[in-house]
Amino acid sequence: MTLSSVPAHEVAPSPRALQLLGGDPDDATLSRYLHGLPGVDAVGLEQRAAGLGTRSIKTTSKAWALDRIIQLTDLTTLEGADTPGKVRSLVAKALRPDASDPTCPRVAAVCVYGDMVPYAVEALGGAHGDPDDGLIGVAAVATAFPSGRASLDVKLRDTAEAVADGADEIDMVIDRGAFLAGRYGLVFDQIAQVKAACRRGDGTSASLKVILETGELNTYDNVRRASWLAILAGADFIKTSTGKVQPAATLPVTLLMLEVVRDWYRATGERIGVKPAGGIRSSKDAIKYVVTVAETVGEEWLQPHLFRFGASSLLNDVLLQRQKLASGHYSGADYVTID
Amino acid sequence: MSFLEYAPAPESRAILNLRDEYGLFIDGEFVEGGGTPFTTISPADEKRIATIASASDADIDRAVAAARRAYERTWSKMSGRDRGKYLFRIARLVQERARELAVAESLDNGKPIKESRDVDVPLVAAWFFYYAGWADKLDYAGLGADPKALGVAGQIIPWNFPLLMLAWKIAPALAAGNTVVLKPAETTPLTALLFAEILQQADLPPGVVNIVTGAGATGATLVRHPDVDKIAFTGSTAVGREIAKAVAGTRKKVTLELGGKAANIVFDDAPIDQAIEGIVNGIFFNQGHVCCAGSRLLVQENVHDEVVDRLKARLSTLRLGDPLDKNTDIGAINSREQLDRIRELSDIGEEEGAERWSPDCVIPDNGFWFAPTIFTNVQSSHRIAREEIFGPVLSVLTFRTPAEAIAKANNTPYGLSAGIWSDKGSKILAVADRLRAGVVWANTFNRFDPSSPFGGYKESGYGREGGRHGLLAYLKGGAK
Repeated sequence: MTLSSVPAHEVAPSPRALQLLGGDPDDATLSRYLHGLPGVDAVGLEQRAAGLGTRSIKTTSKAWALDRIIQLTDLTTLEGADTPGKVRSLVAKALRPDASDPTCPRVAAVCVYGDMVPYAVEALGGAHGDPDDGLIGVAAVATAFPSGRASLDVKLRDTAEAVADGADEIDMVIDRGAFLAGRYGLVFDQIAQVKAACRRGDGTSASLKVILETGELNTYDNVRRASWLAILAGADFIKTSTGKVQPAATLPVTLLMLEVVRDWYRATGERIGVKPAGGIRSSKDAIKYVVTVAETVGEEWLQPHLFRFGASSLLNDVLLQRQKLASGHYSGADYVTID
Repeated sequence: MSFLEYAPAPESRAILNLRDEYGLFIDGEFVEGGGTPFTTISPADEKRIATIASASDADIDRAVAAARRAYERTWSKMSGRDRGKYLFRIARLVQERARELAVAESLDNGKPIKESRDVDVPLVAAWFFYYAGWADKLDYAGLGADPKALGVAGQIIPWNFPLLMLAWKIAPALAAGNTVVLKPAETTPLTALLFAEILQQADLPPGVVNIVTGAGATGATLVRHPDVDKIAFTGSTAVGREIAKAVAGTRKKVTLELGGKAANIVFDDAPIDQAIEGIVNGIFFNQGHVCCAGSRLLVQENVHDEVVDRLKARLSTLRLGDPLDKNTDIGAINSREQLDRIRELSDIGEEEGAERWSPDCVIPDNGFWFAPTIFTNVQSSHRIAREEIFGPVLSVLTFRTPAEAIAKANNTPYGLSAGIWSDKGSKILAVADRLRAGVVWANTFNRFDPSSPFGGYKESGYGREGGRHGLLAYLKGGAK
């Protein structure tokens, strides 16, 4: 499957969403639906996540998990100080993560600001494409990332430009202010419109990741509602955070979002992706996420079109662990490259 | 290779330094027993672990005499503060030797190492820490100034949480100033004997705690011993009844913590994913060898199918196997005898017309194993809805209204625990108020804390363990 052949959802609202909602996606209908979802018990959720975190992944399982984590990584740079040079360096790292080991798999995508997309595309050259084919995608954050505080026109322009420049994936932010104020219809509509702006001239579409910024939603009930809202409005992926707000990705939040994705699959047969982003820095933590995915939605979710890590420093820790597994001893920070 | 077939991650047994034979622990020393020794095996592979001495009537006499002597000469004269110091010391030693104790417990009992490591042993330490704190504060236990200990306590504990039940018994008894003769279960004596080594390490005065191993007859002798002032028992209702008869008319005080057939009530407004986890934890924790297990699932009829579907999906992810593997969720059944009983009752369930379901799981060739099992279409009159199975078997029943849920939950000769799942606080409080069960968990299950009293209604026994109430069972003037 190539990214460009991912079937585009209809410009929202999809008939399926309408059918589930039983009406137009206005504030009242969405509110009835989202507030009718079962509640989340915070203590129980955190206990379950902690339980999954105690799995002991050793030897062959660990080797598989480390390689898979690399293949599921969106190698990210989202700084005000980003330059074309920095992006080229990031791309070089994405292409060959471990300078000392050509068998090391490539990451899934590089994730950059919209204006850096052309440089990323150029640097990738022939290696630009679908991660399923061993190529590397380009993901662009859009819609006035990270705050999302801009007019809809600006957000749509932001999106369309990145897509036109060659972005395969758009990481949009939702309007958390509108969500917390109960204006679910507005949030729904914005996601649907951004989804439409992801379309290319040839009828294909960039994949849409919807960032919930769970650190600002504050409660697990809100995270569950926002996850459903994003999926109903047409998200291909739901993503925890921008990485600019604390707390960013946590294991309980990711578990909860995976449960929503699992329930959506049960209801519709449609597979939605999940991307925890920000704050996952160690292999040990990342393996906990891999376990959580496998035990919640199943192993088939551990592929680039259904699960991603949004991370920058994680990759080097995974590479160190990978080297350790191969050689039997720890090397050190100078044996992996800075991007 | 499937990732979910995690590579083996066995906890090392190298940390264990077991003897080949264990004697009785009397008066601070290991001594030979007069009875015929028996072997303790690992239920996971039926391999011998060690030979254990069996106490004769004369040994019980010696143990009680040692306890009496220690009570009169040392322990009853020691200040509460000093008793507390010993208890704190024991608690710290348990923590220091936690890994060793966890491995021994999983080996001898068959429970998964993640449970002995993360639940049993930490709670054992917590129990000693908690009661250590009470030892010098008995004046504030609500029994007036300077309450007195009872004397010598005879304590008989079960095989489901061998070391934890030991802690539940010994910690409050010592804090209150009693001395102890404890009999661990026949199939799980190992950690009690390691605990005896800890007592030596802690320099506890000889005779304050004596540990006598043996079968049911050993326990019966202890119960009937005329110089015992108090009997504390945890185990089956049938044996509890015998004990109550045996001590009737004597001066002995008695507390009994017996069976249960707890209702776990899931309302349609429950936090569904957490409720599923709670149901699993309620009945499959420790292979269902839990007296307060949530073995009767009462589901509101309108969410029955969804709950059962989700439960089945979740059960399919449980990992049954080697108790010492860190990824094992369901370990071995403790004994062949118990396995036979679980099989028998499960077969009866099928004959009575309930629908039986188990996930596909590979059962090891050796050892005692039973796949996690759900019965749906169970009626209140079925034996699997009435009798304690004490295994990984869940009976699913339905209800329509809160009143019906309460009526069905209470319709049992037992009354040890219950669970309520709902997102609505007022409903939880209203229902909990009308449940006749010693412990009611809301939106959780099988959570224990030393500060929380535990005990039952009706045939689940009498007296309370844990918290301030747990002290009263070992003090004069205290409730039973």
